[in-house]
Amino acid sequence: MSFISYLINGLGLGSVYAIIALGYTMVYGIAKMLNFAHGDVIMIGAYVALLSMTHAGMPVLPAVLISVVACTVLGLLIERVAYKPLRNASSSLAVLITAIGVSYLLQNIALLMFGANAQTFPSVVKWKGLSLAGGKLTISGETLVTIIVCIIIMIALILFVQKTKPGQAMRAVSEDRGAALLMGINVNGTIALTFAIGSGLAAIAGVLLCSAYPSLTPYTGAMPGIKAFVAAVFGGIGSIPGAFIGGILLGIIEIFGKAYISSQMADAIVFAVLIVVLLVKPTGLLGKKIQEKV
Amino acid sequence: MENVLDVKNLGISFGGLRAVNDFSVSIKKEQLYGLIGPNGAGKTTIFNLLTGVYKPDSGKIILDGTDVTGKSTIDINKAGIARTFQNIRLFSQLSVLDNVKVGLHNNHSYSTVESIFRLPRFHKVEKEMNEIAMELLEVFGLKEDANVQAQNLPYGQQRKLEIARALATKPKLLLLDEPAAGMNPNETEELMEMIRFVRDHFHMTILLIEHDMKLVSGICEQLTVLNFGEVLAQGDTSTVLNDPQVIKAYLGE
Repeated sequence: MSFISYLINGLGLGSVYAIIALGYTMVYGIAKMLNFAHGDVIMIGAYVALLSMTHAGMPVLPAVLISVVACTVLGLLIERVAYKPLRNASSSLAVLITAIGVSYLLQNIALLMFGANAQTFPSVVKWKGLSLAGGKLTISGETLVTIIVCIIIMIALILFVQKTKPGQAMRAVSEDRGAALLMGINVNGTIALTFAIGSGLAAIAGVLLCSAYPSLTPYTGAMPGIKAFVAAVFGGIGSIPGAFIGGILLGIIEIFGKAYISSQMADAIVFAVLIVVLLVKPTGLLGKKIQEKV
Repeated sequence: MENVLDVKNLGISFGGLRAVNDFSVSIKKEQLYGLIGPNGAGKTTIFNLLTGVYKPDSGKIILDGTDVTGKSTIDINKAGIARTFQNIRLFSQLSVLDNVKVGLHNNHSYSTVESIFRLPRFHKVEKEMNEIAMELLEVFGLKEDANVQAQNLPYGQQRKLEIARALATKPKLLLLDEPAAGMNPNETEELMEMIRFVRDHFHMTILLIEHDMKLVSGICEQLTVLNFGEVLAQGDTSTVLNDPQVIKAYLGE
């Protein structure tokens, strides 16, 4: 029984990683940059939701909605101010280092505004969850909601990218930015839209993460951010289903590692798995193999 | 007849190299115009100047009476210049149909919000775009391959698809960068037919870069020969090709 309950907890945690990894992977696929500030957008999203609920006394759904809007605007702002001016910089390192800078900036702004003390995050899920097999197996409401939300987001995103005009523009920009520009695609707008979607998802991930692990500090987003990045690489960066599978697998590996090996070693195990996967399959599980034609 | 394109004294330098100097050309509506010259003469640089990829240091580009000098690539595309590439640059992972639809984006719009909530406009515009794209594919004999990934098309078909995608942007002027590159004589023959067809069927004005002299002398009505970034000769195809200076530039003394 405990095996199944670990597995379900792993799925729950993995779903949060998957939602965060989607943001990483879309931005990488389309803007060809690693947005290391993505994890900290999650933290900001969680704070916005927390303040809306506790200070403004809002119900859950409007609070989450405000958080999504706030993060979308934040994502657009970061892209416009920090990344867009560097888009044609000679070295792609410039924008990478800027992203790390933005990450620390967000952490320190949060530190100034909200202090370093951990705040208790009220769960957004009021549902008690399921009790199965005569009470031997309980699944929390948070876990179930997280898994369901993740699956919905995943399907919606794939439909959006495959079936709509902005999605088509995204795929075109991701393949050949120059050719897309010459065919009249608004490349800057497409990249901004990608950031908006990724950051909006980050807000949802933040709320779900803090509902499951209800302690919020300015550093809350950092570690899940890095792990989601690992998940994105694990699944094959640039691939949306890859981010989903990578996130889920990473969550399961982490929970099993904690349960069966050592709770202190869990993070080390996660990163060790990444190293092994990259050694065996450098493009990640679903990554595209790049064939050099000669 | 009025000119679709008027280029006056266009020039650009890269560092100390004058890549294009004092380049002028006028192209009439529905004309087939050729731009030829030895490798490194600056032909593709001129295409990049015309499409806004590079900004000229000097000179003017007038498209159909509107000054488009120094405008951004996207604005120039909207104004009506579309191109194909020397090395095919299709969106290789997208389907043939989607490649053409990307070209339609500029003239067909619905907002992201409309697409997320699937509002009626989304369906209407998507239907329109599908119809126009399928019509174009039919004209180019690619209709059966609409759902094939572009990278799986044979080479010659990929060239056709690139032209279809460029036409989808509704250009006034179509730029073809070495359309016959890598084609055998039969394919080149077919391509010549197709270029003529595009001109007649779409009433298109076409400027093309080409090394294949058979194609150039076969379909181009007027020519400009470029050498070291400067115009060497300009005028009717037969006159230009018999110009001793041109023969010298191509074959040496």
